[in-house]
Amino acid sequence: MPILVFLEHHGNELQKGSLGVLAKAAQLGGGEVAAVLVGANVKALAAEAGTFGATTVHVAEDPSLEPPLPQARVDVLAKIVRDGGYDTVLFANSVLASDIASGLAARLDAGLNWDLADIALQDGKLVGKRPALQDSVLADVGWKTEPRIALFRSGSFDATPTGGGEPKVEDVAVELEEHSRGAKVVGQELEESSGPSIEDADVIVAGGRGLGSPDKFTLAEELARALGGAVGATRAVVDAGWYPYATQIGQTGKTVSPKLYVALGISGAIQHKVGMQSSNVIVAINKDANAPIFEFSDLGVVGDLHEIVPKLVELLNQRT
Amino acid sequence: MKIAVCVKHVPEGSSKLDPGSKRLDRSGEGALNQFDANAIEEALRLKGDSDTEVVVVSMGPEKAADSLRKALAMGADRAVLVTDDALAGSDLAATSKVLAAALERESADLVLFGQQSSDGDGAVLWAAVAERLRRPVISQAAELSIAGGTVHVKRQTEFGYDVIEAALPAVVSVSDAINEPRYPSLKGIMGAKKKPSETLSLSDLGVAAGEVGEAGSKTEVLALGSPPARGDARKIEGDANAAQAIVDFLAEKRLI
Repeated sequence: MPILVFLEHHGNELQKGSLGVLAKAAQLGGGEVAAVLVGANVKALAAEAGTFGATTVHVAEDPSLEPPLPQARVDVLAKIVRDGGYDTVLFANSVLASDIASGLAARLDAGLNWDLADIALQDGKLVGKRPALQDSVLADVGWKTEPRIALFRSGSFDATPTGGGEPKVEDVAVELEEHSRGAKVVGQELEESSGPSIEDADVIVAGGRGLGSPDKFTLAEELARALGGAVGATRAVVDAGWYPYATQIGQTGKTVSPKLYVALGISGAIQHKVGMQSSNVIVAINKDANAPIFEFSDLGVVGDLHEIVPKLVELLNQRT
Repeated sequence: MKIAVCVKHVPEGSSKLDPGSKRLDRSGEGALNQFDANAIEEALRLKGDSDTEVVVVSMGPEKAADSLRKALAMGADRAVLVTDDALAGSDLAATSKVLAAALERESADLVLFGQQSSDGDGAVLWAAVAERLRRPVISQAAELSIAGGTVHVKRQTEFGYDVIEAALPAVVSVSDAINEPRYPSLKGIMGAKKKPSETLSLSDLGVAAGEVGEAGSKTEVLALGSPPARGDARKIEGDANAAQAIVDFLAEKRLI
Protein backbone atom coordinates (compact mmCIF):
# COMPACT_ATOMS: atom_id res chain seq x y z
CA MET A 1 0.00 0.00 0.00
CA PRO A 2 2.36 2.75 -1.14
CA ILE A 3 1.16 6.10 0.26
CA LEU A 4 2.26 9.49 -0.99
CA VAL A 5 1.88 12.64 1.15
CA PHE A 6 2.00 16.17 -0.24
CA LEU A 7 4.12 18.40 2.00
CA GLU A 8 3.21 22.07 1.98
CA HIS A 9 5.79 24.62 2.97
CA HIS A 10 5.70 28.35 3.57
CA GLY A 11 9.05 30.09 3.43
CA ASN A 12 11.48 27.53 4.81
CA GLU A 13 8.97 25.87 7.06
CA LEU A 14 7.04 22.67 6.51
CA GLN A 15 3.43 23.13 7.53
CA LYS A 16 2.44 21.34 10.71
CA GLY A 17 -0.77 20.02 9.12
CA SER A 18 1.06 18.13 6.40
CA LEU A 19 3.59 16.76 8.92
CA GLY A 20 0.65 15.43 10.95
CA VAL A 21 -0.76 13.69 7.88
CA LEU A 22 2.71 12.30 7.13
CA ALA A 23 3.04 10.88 10.64
CA LYS A 24 -0.39 9.26 10.28
CA ALA A 25 0.55 7.83 6.87
CA ALA A 26 3.69 6.32 8.39
CA GLN A 27 1.49 4.42 10.87
CA LEU A 28 -0.82 3.20 8.11
CA GLY A 29 1.88 2.37 5.60
CA GLY A 30 3.72 -0.10 7.80
CA GLY A 31 6.85 2.02 7.82
CA GLU A 32 7.06 2.76 4.09
CA VAL A 33 5.76 6.18 3.13
CA ALA A 34 6.77 8.73 0.54
CA ALA A 35 6.44 12.52 0.59
CA VAL A 36 6.60 15.18 -2.11
CA LEU A 37 8.26 18.57 -1.89
CA VAL A 38 7.65 21.06 -4.68
CA GLY A 39 9.24 24.51 -4.96
CA ALA A 40 12.53 26.32 -5.27
CA ASN A 41 15.30 25.33 -2.83
CA VAL A 42 13.19 22.81 -0.93
CA LYS A 43 15.58 19.87 -0.82
CA ALA A 44 16.90 20.91 2.58
CA LEU A 45 13.44 20.21 4.04
CA ALA A 46 13.62 16.51 3.12
CA ALA A 47 15.55 15.55 6.26
CA GLU A 48 12.81 16.96 8.50
CA ALA A 49 10.23 14.95 6.52
CA GLY A 50 12.28 11.88 7.44
CA THR A 51 11.83 12.52 11.15
CA PHE A 52 8.05 12.51 10.61
CA GLY A 53 8.14 9.13 8.91
CA ALA A 54 8.94 9.69 5.23
CA THR A 55 11.22 6.94 3.92
CA THR A 56 11.37 8.47 0.44
CA VAL A 57 11.07 12.15 -0.46
CA HIS A 58 10.43 13.10 -4.07
CA VAL A 59 11.79 16.58 -4.70
CA ALA A 60 10.70 18.71 -7.64
CA GLU A 61 12.92 21.75 -7.44
CA ASP A 62 12.84 24.56 -9.95
CA PRO A 63 12.49 28.36 -9.79
CA SER A 64 9.35 28.04 -11.94
CA LEU A 65 7.77 25.95 -9.15
CA GLU A 66 8.28 28.58 -6.44
CA PRO A 67 4.94 30.45 -6.76
CA PRO A 68 2.29 28.72 -4.60
CA LEU A 69 0.04 27.74 -7.50
CA PRO A 70 -1.77 24.43 -7.80
CA GLN A 71 -1.63 23.34 -11.44
CA ALA A 72 2.15 22.89 -11.80
CA ARG A 73 1.95 20.79 -8.64
CA VAL A 74 -0.76 18.63 -10.25
CA ASP A 75 1.71 17.94 -13.09
CA VAL A 76 4.42 16.93 -10.60
CA LEU A 77 2.14 14.72 -8.50
CA ALA A 78 0.54 13.03 -11.51
CA LYS A 79 3.97 12.00 -12.76
CA ILE A 80 5.11 10.74 -9.35
CA VAL A 81 1.89 8.77 -8.81
CA ARG A 82 2.13 7.14 -12.24
CA ASP A 83 5.86 6.40 -12.12
CA GLY A 84 5.90 5.30 -8.49
CA GLY A 85 2.68 3.27 -8.57
CA TYR A 86 1.25 5.06 -5.54
CA ASP A 87 -2.31 4.00 -4.76
CA THR A 88 -3.05 6.64 -2.10
CA VAL A 89 -2.30 10.38 -2.05
CA LEU A 90 -2.94 12.38 1.13
CA PHE A 91 -3.16 16.15 1.70
CA ALA A 92 -3.65 18.42 4.72
CA ASN A 93 -6.29 20.96 3.75
CA SER A 94 -5.29 24.47 2.72
CA VAL A 95 -6.22 26.93 -0.02
CA LEU A 96 -3.38 25.52 -2.13
CA ALA A 97 -3.69 21.83 -1.22
CA SER A 98 -7.42 21.57 -1.92
CA ASP A 99 -6.90 22.93 -5.45
CA ILE A 100 -4.05 20.48 -6.06
CA ALA A 101 -6.03 17.50 -4.73
CA SER A 102 -9.06 18.34 -6.85
CA GLY A 103 -7.01 18.97 -10.00
CA LEU A 104 -5.15 15.71 -9.45
CA ALA A 105 -8.44 13.82 -9.04
CA ALA A 106 -9.60 15.14 -12.43
CA ARG A 107 -6.23 14.46 -14.09
CA LEU A 108 -6.14 10.86 -12.87
CA ASP A 109 -9.94 10.42 -12.94
CA ALA A 110 -9.63 9.41 -9.30
CA GLY A 111 -11.86 9.66 -6.23
CA LEU A 112 -11.34 12.53 -3.77
CA ASN A 113 -12.80 12.49 -0.27
CA TRP A 114 -12.43 15.82 1.52
CA ASP A 115 -12.91 17.27 4.99
CA LEU A 116 -11.79 13.99 6.58
CA ALA A 117 -11.02 14.01 10.30
CA ASP A 118 -9.35 10.58 10.32
CA ILE A 119 -8.51 7.53 8.24
CA ALA A 120 -8.28 3.90 9.28
CA LEU A 121 -7.61 0.45 7.89
CA GLN A 122 -10.79 -1.60 8.24
CA ASP A 123 -10.67 -5.22 6.99
CA GLY A 124 -7.66 -4.32 4.87
CA LYS A 125 -9.43 -1.35 3.27
CA LEU A 126 -8.77 2.32 3.82
CA VAL A 127 -11.82 4.09 5.22
CA GLY A 128 -12.08 7.85 5.68
CA LYS A 129 -13.95 9.41 8.62
CA ARG A 130 -15.95 12.38 7.44
CA PRO A 131 -17.99 14.52 9.83
CA ALA A 132 -20.98 15.90 7.90
CA LEU A 133 -24.00 18.15 8.34
CA GLN A 134 -22.36 20.48 10.86
CA ASP A 135 -20.66 17.45 12.41
CA SER A 136 -23.97 15.90 13.53
CA VAL A 137 -23.14 12.80 11.50
CA LEU A 138 -19.92 10.84 11.09
CA ALA A 139 -19.78 9.13 7.71
CA ASP A 140 -17.44 6.31 6.76
CA VAL A 141 -16.32 7.03 3.21
CA GLY A 142 -14.37 4.87 0.81
CA TRP A 143 -12.79 4.80 -2.61
CA LYS A 144 -13.93 2.48 -5.40
CA THR A 145 -10.79 2.88 -7.50
CA GLU A 146 -7.12 3.73 -7.14
CA PRO A 147 -5.43 6.04 -6.59
CA ARG A 148 -7.40 7.23 -3.58
CA ILE A 149 -7.06 10.93 -2.85
CA ALA A 150 -7.89 12.46 0.52
CA LEU A 151 -7.91 15.95 2.06
CA PHE A 152 -7.78 16.17 5.86
CA ARG A 153 -9.14 18.93 8.07
CA SER A 154 -6.47 20.97 9.74
CA GLY A 155 -5.56 19.61 13.15
CA SER A 156 -6.70 16.06 12.34
CA PHE A 157 -3.41 14.55 13.46
CA ASP A 158 -0.68 15.58 15.87
CA ALA A 159 2.60 16.33 14.15
CA THR A 160 4.63 14.00 16.33
CA PRO A 161 8.07 12.92 15.12
CA THR A 162 8.13 9.19 14.45
CA GLY A 163 11.82 8.79 15.08
CA GLY A 164 12.51 7.99 11.45
CA GLY A 165 15.93 8.52 9.94
CA GLU A 166 17.35 10.09 6.82
CA PRO A 167 14.98 9.52 3.88
CA LYS A 168 15.94 8.54 0.37
CA VAL A 169 15.75 11.66 -1.80
CA GLU A 170 14.66 11.34 -5.41
CA ASP A 171 14.75 14.24 -7.85
CA VAL A 172 11.77 14.67 -10.14
CA ALA A 173 11.92 16.58 -13.41
CA VAL A 174 8.57 17.48 -14.93
CA GLU A 175 7.57 19.12 -18.17
CA LEU A 176 4.66 21.40 -17.24
CA GLU A 177 1.40 21.30 -19.20
CA GLU A 178 0.50 24.46 -21.10
CA HIS A 179 -2.55 25.27 -18.97
CA SER A 180 -0.48 24.72 -15.81
CA ARG A 181 1.74 27.63 -16.81
CA GLY A 182 -1.19 29.98 -17.45
CA ALA A 183 -1.50 31.60 -14.01
CA LYS A 184 1.29 33.79 -12.65
CA VAL A 185 1.87 35.29 -9.22
CA VAL A 186 2.71 38.95 -9.81
CA GLY A 187 2.65 40.14 -6.22
CA GLN A 188 2.22 39.04 -2.61
CA GLU A 189 0.98 40.77 0.51
CA LEU A 190 1.88 38.54 3.42
CA GLU A 191 0.48 39.23 6.86
CA GLU A 192 3.21 38.80 9.42
CA SER A 193 1.74 37.57 12.65
CA SER A 194 3.51 37.31 15.95
CA GLY A 195 3.26 34.24 18.15
CA PRO A 196 2.02 30.87 16.94
CA SER A 197 -0.38 30.81 13.98
CA ILE A 198 -3.84 29.59 14.89
CA GLU A 199 -3.42 26.37 12.89
CA ASP A 200 -0.33 25.46 14.86
CA ALA A 201 -1.38 26.64 18.32
CA ASP A 202 -2.19 24.23 21.14
CA VAL A 203 -4.25 26.92 22.81
CA ILE A 204 -6.54 29.42 21.09
CA VAL A 205 -8.32 32.32 22.74
CA ALA A 206 -10.99 33.59 20.36
CA GLY A 207 -12.98 36.78 20.62
CA GLY A 208 -16.42 37.67 19.31
CA ARG A 209 -18.87 40.55 19.37
CA GLY A 210 -19.27 40.13 23.12
CA LEU A 211 -15.88 41.77 23.64
CA GLY A 212 -17.77 45.00 22.96
CA SER A 213 -15.20 46.97 20.98
CA PRO A 214 -12.03 46.41 18.94
CA ASP A 215 -9.70 47.66 21.68
CA LYS A 216 -11.05 44.97 24.03
CA PHE A 217 -9.20 42.39 21.94
CA THR A 218 -6.32 43.16 24.29
CA LEU A 219 -8.23 40.96 26.79
CA ALA A 220 -8.03 38.02 24.36
CA GLU A 221 -4.38 38.81 23.65
CA GLU A 222 -3.45 38.97 27.34
CA LEU A 223 -5.22 35.70 28.08
CA ALA A 224 -3.58 34.06 25.06
CA ARG A 225 -0.19 35.23 26.30
CA ALA A 226 -0.85 33.87 29.79
CA LEU A 227 -1.85 30.49 28.32
CA GLY A 228 0.87 30.44 25.64
CA GLY A 229 -1.65 30.46 22.83
CA ALA A 230 -2.78 32.31 19.74
CA VAL A 231 -5.69 34.70 19.20
CA GLY A 232 -8.62 33.85 16.93
CA ALA A 233 -11.71 35.79 15.91
CA THR A 234 -15.24 35.22 14.70
CA ARG A 235 -16.46 36.20 11.30
CA ALA A 236 -18.59 39.01 12.74
CA VAL A 237 -15.63 40.83 14.26
CA VAL A 238 -13.42 40.24 11.22
CA ASP A 239 -16.15 41.64 8.96
CA ALA A 240 -16.42 44.61 11.30
CA GLY A 241 -12.68 45.19 10.90
CA TRP A 242 -11.79 44.49 14.55
CA TYR A 243 -9.26 41.77 13.77
CA PRO A 244 -7.45 40.43 10.67
CA TYR A 245 -8.99 37.80 8.40
CA ALA A 246 -5.99 35.51 8.97
CA THR A 247 -7.39 34.85 12.47
CA GLN A 248 -10.96 34.07 11.39
CA ILE A 249 -12.26 30.73 12.61
CA GLY A 250 -15.33 29.09 11.10
CA GLN A 251 -16.97 28.05 7.89
CA THR A 252 -15.42 30.82 5.81
CA GLY A 253 -12.23 30.99 7.84
CA LYS A 254 -10.03 28.33 9.38
CA THR A 255 -10.91 25.03 10.98
CA VAL A 256 -8.91 24.48 14.14
CA SER A 257 -8.69 21.77 16.77
CA PRO A 258 -6.37 22.92 19.55
CA LYS A 259 -6.02 21.20 22.94
CA LEU A 260 -7.79 24.18 24.54
CA TYR A 261 -10.21 26.64 22.94
CA VAL A 262 -11.37 29.60 25.00
CA ALA A 263 -14.33 31.48 23.50
CA LEU A 264 -14.79 35.05 24.75
CA GLY A 265 -18.11 36.70 23.97
CA ILE A 266 -18.87 34.25 21.17
CA SER A 267 -22.47 33.14 20.75
CA GLY A 268 -21.53 29.96 18.90
CA ALA A 269 -23.39 30.37 15.62
CA ILE A 270 -23.20 27.34 13.38
CA GLN A 271 -20.77 29.03 11.02
CA HIS A 272 -18.30 29.47 13.90
CA LYS A 273 -19.03 26.09 15.48
CA VAL A 274 -17.92 24.11 12.43
CA GLY A 275 -14.49 25.72 12.63
CA MET A 276 -13.71 24.87 16.26
CA GLN A 277 -15.95 22.12 17.62
CA SER A 278 -13.32 19.43 17.28
CA SER A 279 -11.13 21.24 19.82
CA ASN A 280 -10.20 18.93 22.71
CA VAL A 281 -11.45 21.14 25.52
CA ILE A 282 -13.74 24.15 25.03
CA VAL A 283 -14.21 26.85 27.66
CA ALA A 284 -16.74 29.59 26.93
CA ILE A 285 -17.41 32.86 28.73
CA ASN A 286 -20.58 34.64 27.68
CA LYS A 287 -23.08 36.79 29.54
CA ASP A 288 -26.03 35.26 27.68
CA ALA A 289 -26.97 32.03 29.48
CA ASN A 290 -28.82 30.86 26.36
CA ALA A 291 -25.90 31.28 23.95
CA PRO A 292 -25.60 28.16 21.76
CA ILE A 293 -21.86 27.96 22.55
CA PHE A 294 -22.76 26.48 25.95
CA GLU A 295 -24.27 23.44 24.21
CA PHE A 296 -20.83 22.30 23.09
CA SER A 297 -18.56 23.69 25.78
CA ASP A 298 -16.84 21.53 28.40
CA LEU A 299 -16.91 24.45 30.80
CA GLY A 300 -19.48 27.17 30.28
CA VAL A 301 -19.18 30.35 32.32
CA VAL A 302 -22.19 32.66 32.35
CA GLY A 303 -20.80 36.03 33.32
CA ASP A 304 -19.15 39.26 32.29
CA LEU A 305 -15.90 38.53 30.50
CA HIS A 306 -14.69 42.07 31.22
CA GLU A 307 -14.71 41.19 34.92
CA ILE A 308 -13.58 37.59 34.66
CA VAL A 309 -10.76 37.69 32.10
CA PRO A 310 -8.50 40.22 33.90
CA LYS A 311 -8.81 38.16 37.11
CA LEU A 312 -8.13 34.98 35.19
CA VAL A 313 -5.00 36.46 33.60
CA GLU A 314 -3.80 37.58 37.03
CA LEU A 315 -4.36 34.11 38.55
CA LEU A 316 -2.61 32.41 35.63
CA ASN A 317 0.35 34.75 35.82
CA GLN A 318 0.67 34.08 39.58
CA ARG A 319 1.12 30.39 38.86
CA THR A 320 4.15 30.86 36.63
CA MET B 1 -17.14 38.60 -23.76
CA LYS B 2 -18.96 35.67 -22.21
CA ILE B 3 -18.95 34.77 -18.51
CA ALA B 4 -20.33 31.43 -17.29
CA VAL B 5 -21.26 31.06 -13.61
CA CYS B 6 -21.66 27.57 -12.12
CA VAL B 7 -24.37 27.41 -9.46
CA LYS B 8 -25.85 24.74 -7.20
CA HIS B 9 -29.36 24.17 -5.92
CA VAL B 10 -29.04 23.10 -2.28
CA PRO B 11 -31.58 21.85 0.27
CA GLU B 12 -33.04 24.62 2.41
CA GLY B 13 -33.16 24.59 6.18
CA SER B 14 -31.76 21.77 8.28
CA SER B 15 -30.45 19.05 5.98
CA LYS B 16 -30.72 15.36 6.64
CA LEU B 17 -29.27 12.24 5.10
CA ASP B 18 -31.37 9.54 3.51
CA PRO B 19 -30.42 6.36 5.42
CA GLY B 20 -31.10 4.16 2.38
CA SER B 21 -28.94 5.83 -0.26
CA LYS B 22 -26.74 7.50 2.45
CA ARG B 23 -27.01 10.63 0.32
CA LEU B 24 -28.28 14.06 1.21
CA ASP B 25 -32.07 14.09 1.17
CA ARG B 26 -32.90 16.49 -1.67
CA SER B 27 -36.66 15.91 -1.66
CA GLY B 28 -37.61 19.07 0.27
CA GLU B 29 -37.46 22.74 -0.63
CA GLY B 30 -34.25 24.05 -2.11
CA ALA B 31 -32.53 27.34 -2.76
CA LEU B 32 -29.59 28.84 -4.58
CA ASN B 33 -26.34 28.02 -2.72
CA GLN B 34 -25.69 31.34 -0.94
CA PHE B 35 -21.98 31.37 -1.89
CA ASP B 36 -22.89 31.18 -5.59
CA ALA B 37 -24.71 34.50 -5.28
CA ASN B 38 -21.28 36.12 -4.85
CA ALA B 39 -20.13 34.60 -8.16
CA ILE B 40 -23.29 35.79 -9.94
CA GLU B 41 -22.88 39.26 -8.45
CA GLU B 42 -19.26 39.42 -9.59
CA ALA B 43 -20.23 38.39 -13.13
CA LEU B 44 -22.92 41.10 -13.20
CA ARG B 45 -20.46 43.66 -11.87
CA LEU B 46 -17.94 42.75 -14.60
CA LYS B 47 -20.72 42.94 -17.19
CA GLY B 48 -21.90 46.38 -16.10
CA ASP B 49 -23.50 48.07 -19.08
CA SER B 50 -21.41 46.17 -21.64
CA ASP B 51 -22.72 43.55 -24.06
CA THR B 52 -21.00 40.78 -22.07
CA GLU B 53 -23.26 37.73 -21.79
CA VAL B 54 -23.67 36.10 -18.37
CA VAL B 55 -24.74 32.44 -18.55
CA VAL B 56 -25.62 30.48 -15.41
CA VAL B 57 -24.99 26.74 -15.53
CA SER B 58 -26.21 24.14 -13.08
CA MET B 59 -26.22 20.38 -12.77
CA GLY B 60 -28.98 19.05 -10.57
CA PRO B 61 -32.54 17.83 -10.26
CA GLU B 62 -35.31 19.54 -12.26
CA LYS B 63 -36.04 21.73 -9.25
CA ALA B 64 -32.64 23.36 -9.74
CA ALA B 65 -34.46 25.48 -12.35
CA ASP B 66 -35.70 27.55 -9.36
CA SER B 67 -32.16 28.56 -8.46
CA LEU B 68 -31.34 29.34 -12.08
CA ARG B 69 -34.43 31.53 -12.24
CA LYS B 70 -33.20 33.44 -9.20
CA ALA B 71 -29.87 34.00 -10.99
CA LEU B 72 -31.77 35.29 -14.02
CA ALA B 73 -33.81 37.56 -11.76
CA MET B 74 -30.57 38.97 -10.35
CA GLY B 75 -29.58 39.87 -13.91
CA ALA B 76 -27.98 36.87 -15.65
CA ASP B 77 -28.87 36.63 -19.35
CA ARG B 78 -29.34 32.93 -19.95
CA ALA B 79 -29.57 29.64 -18.04
CA VAL B 80 -28.44 26.08 -18.76
CA LEU B 81 -29.61 23.18 -16.61
CA VAL B 82 -28.10 19.74 -16.98
CA THR B 83 -30.53 17.25 -15.50
CA ASP B 84 -30.79 13.51 -15.89
CA ASP B 85 -31.90 10.67 -13.62
CA ALA B 86 -28.54 9.01 -14.17
CA LEU B 87 -26.74 11.93 -12.45
CA ALA B 88 -27.94 11.17 -8.90
CA GLY B 89 -25.07 10.34 -6.55
CA SER B 90 -22.34 11.90 -8.71
CA ASP B 91 -19.10 12.62 -6.85
CA LEU B 92 -16.37 15.11 -7.75
CA ALA B 93 -14.96 13.05 -10.62
CA ALA B 94 -18.40 12.61 -12.20
CA THR B 95 -19.73 16.13 -11.51
CA SER B 96 -16.62 17.81 -12.91
CA LYS B 97 -16.93 15.70 -16.07
CA VAL B 98 -20.54 16.80 -16.67
CA LEU B 99 -19.95 20.48 -15.89
CA ALA B 100 -16.85 20.54 -18.08
CA ALA B 101 -18.87 19.09 -20.96
CA ALA B 102 -21.58 21.74 -20.49
CA LEU B 103 -18.96 24.52 -20.26
CA GLU B 104 -17.10 23.20 -23.30
CA ARG B 105 -20.28 23.91 -25.30
CA GLU B 106 -20.39 27.47 -24.01
CA SER B 107 -16.67 28.22 -24.46
CA ALA B 108 -16.94 31.19 -22.10
CA ASP B 109 -13.98 33.51 -21.59
CA LEU B 110 -14.35 33.34 -17.84
CA VAL B 111 -15.94 30.62 -15.68
CA LEU B 112 -16.84 31.65 -12.12
CA PHE B 113 -17.63 29.53 -9.04
CA GLY B 114 -18.68 30.46 -5.49
CA GLN B 115 -16.29 29.51 -2.69
CA GLN B 116 -18.10 26.44 -1.39
CA SER B 117 -21.37 24.56 -1.39
CA SER B 118 -23.34 25.02 1.79
CA ASP B 119 -24.72 21.46 1.77
CA GLY B 120 -21.68 19.27 1.21
CA ASP B 121 -19.13 21.86 2.40
CA GLY B 122 -17.28 21.14 -0.83
CA ALA B 123 -14.70 23.70 -1.89
CA VAL B 124 -12.93 21.80 -4.64
CA LEU B 125 -15.05 21.62 -7.78
CA TRP B 126 -13.49 24.49 -9.79
CA ALA B 127 -10.01 22.97 -9.81
CA ALA B 128 -11.31 19.66 -11.21
CA VAL B 129 -13.43 21.45 -13.84
CA ALA B 130 -10.47 23.67 -14.85
CA GLU B 131 -8.27 20.60 -15.19
CA ARG B 132 -10.81 18.91 -17.47
CA LEU B 133 -11.12 22.10 -19.54
CA ARG B 134 -7.31 22.47 -19.48
CA ARG B 135 -7.56 26.09 -18.36
CA PRO B 136 -5.74 28.07 -15.68
CA VAL B 137 -7.54 28.22 -12.32
CA ILE B 138 -7.39 30.81 -9.53
CA SER B 139 -9.31 30.28 -6.28
CA GLN B 140 -10.37 32.39 -3.27
CA ALA B 141 -10.58 35.63 -5.24
CA ALA B 142 -11.15 38.56 -2.88
CA GLU B 143 -10.81 41.03 -5.76
CA LEU B 144 -11.16 40.47 -9.47
CA SER B 145 -10.70 42.60 -12.58
CA ILE B 146 -10.27 42.02 -16.29
CA ALA B 147 -8.11 44.08 -18.62
CA GLY B 148 -6.74 43.34 -22.06
CA GLY B 149 -7.80 39.69 -22.08
CA THR B 150 -6.17 39.02 -18.71
CA VAL B 151 -7.92 38.27 -15.43
CA HIS B 152 -6.29 39.85 -12.39
CA VAL B 153 -7.10 38.31 -8.99
CA LYS B 154 -6.22 39.01 -5.38
CA ARG B 155 -6.30 35.55 -3.78
CA GLN B 156 -6.87 35.24 -0.06
CA THR B 157 -4.69 32.56 1.56
CA GLU B 158 -3.71 31.48 5.06
CA PHE B 159 -0.71 33.78 4.83
CA GLY B 160 -2.22 36.94 3.35
CA TYR B 161 -2.84 37.72 -0.31
CA ASP B 162 -1.32 36.59 -3.60
CA VAL B 163 -1.86 38.73 -6.66
CA ILE B 164 -2.34 36.37 -9.60
CA GLU B 165 -2.88 36.94 -13.31
CA ALA B 166 -3.95 34.59 -16.08
CA ALA B 167 -4.78 35.07 -19.72
CA LEU B 168 -8.40 34.28 -20.59
CA PRO B 169 -10.01 31.81 -20.91
CA ALA B 170 -9.70 30.98 -17.22
CA VAL B 171 -11.61 29.57 -14.24
CA VAL B 172 -11.92 31.58 -11.00
CA SER B 173 -13.64 30.85 -7.70
CA VAL B 174 -14.61 33.90 -5.67
CA SER B 175 -14.54 34.33 -1.89
CA ASP B 176 -17.71 35.51 -0.16
CA ALA B 177 -15.78 38.61 0.90
CA ILE B 178 -15.58 39.82 -2.72
CA ASN B 179 -18.96 41.59 -2.80
CA GLU B 180 -22.44 41.91 -1.35
CA PRO B 181 -24.87 40.11 -3.69
CA ARG B 182 -27.84 42.16 -4.85
CA TYR B 183 -31.43 41.10 -4.26
CA PRO B 184 -33.50 40.49 -7.38
CA SER B 185 -35.73 43.48 -8.15
CA LEU B 186 -39.43 43.01 -8.87
CA LYS B 187 -38.71 43.87 -12.49
CA GLY B 188 -35.92 41.30 -12.52
CA ILE B 189 -38.20 38.61 -11.11
CA MET B 190 -40.89 39.35 -13.70
CA GLY B 191 -38.34 39.44 -16.53
CA ALA B 192 -36.60 36.19 -15.52
CA LYS B 193 -39.39 34.04 -16.93
CA LYS B 194 -38.87 35.47 -20.40
CA LYS B 195 -35.12 34.92 -20.50
CA PRO B 196 -33.73 32.00 -22.53
CA SER B 197 -33.39 28.83 -20.52
CA GLU B 198 -32.15 25.50 -21.81
CA THR B 199 -32.41 22.01 -20.31
CA LEU B 200 -29.83 19.43 -21.36
CA SER B 201 -29.67 15.69 -20.82
CA LEU B 202 -26.52 13.57 -20.70
CA SER B 203 -26.99 12.52 -24.31
CA ASP B 204 -27.12 16.19 -25.35
CA LEU B 205 -23.64 16.51 -23.84
CA GLY B 206 -22.37 13.24 -25.27
CA VAL B 207 -21.60 11.89 -21.80
CA ALA B 208 -22.38 8.20 -21.18
CA ALA B 209 -24.64 7.39 -18.22
CA GLY B 210 -22.07 4.91 -16.90
CA GLU B 211 -19.50 7.68 -16.46
CA VAL B 212 -21.65 9.63 -13.99
CA GLY B 213 -23.98 9.13 -11.06
CA GLU B 214 -23.20 6.34 -8.62
CA ALA B 215 -21.86 4.11 -11.41
CA GLY B 216 -19.29 6.65 -12.56
CA SER B 217 -18.27 7.87 -9.11
CA LYS B 218 -14.94 6.90 -7.59
CA THR B 219 -15.94 7.48 -3.98
CA GLU B 220 -18.72 6.01 -1.86
CA VAL B 221 -20.39 6.44 1.52
CA LEU B 222 -20.00 3.16 3.40
CA ALA B 223 -21.80 3.84 6.67
CA LEU B 224 -23.34 6.62 8.74
CA GLY B 225 -22.78 6.93 12.46
CA SER B 226 -22.87 9.40 15.29
CA PRO B 227 -19.81 11.41 16.21
CA PRO B 228 -18.32 10.72 19.66
CA ALA B 229 -20.19 12.71 22.28
CA ARG B 230 -18.51 15.35 24.43
CA GLY B 231 -17.82 14.33 28.01
CA ASP B 232 -19.80 15.77 30.89
CA ALA B 233 -20.18 19.49 30.37
CA ARG B 234 -20.20 21.88 33.29
CA LYS B 235 -21.75 25.30 33.59
CA ILE B 236 -21.15 27.94 36.24
CA GLU B 237 -22.84 31.28 36.76
CA GLY B 238 -21.75 34.58 38.27
CA ASP B 239 -18.54 36.57 38.18
CA ALA B 240 -17.26 36.31 41.72
CA ASN B 241 -15.49 32.96 41.67
CA ALA B 242 -15.53 32.35 37.94
CA ALA B 243 -11.84 33.07 37.33
CA GLN B 244 -10.75 30.67 40.07
CA ALA B 245 -13.18 28.01 38.80
CA ILE B 246 -11.67 28.27 35.31
CA VAL B 247 -8.13 27.94 36.70
CA ASP B 248 -9.18 24.87 38.71
CA PHE B 249 -10.82 23.35 35.64
CA LEU B 250 -7.75 23.95 33.44
CA ALA B 251 -5.49 22.48 36.13
CA GLU B 252 -7.72 19.42 36.46
CA LYS B 253 -7.54 18.91 32.67
CA ARG B 254 -3.73 19.35 32.87
CA LEU B 255 -3.90 22.26 30.47
CA ILE B 256 -1.90 24.58 32.75
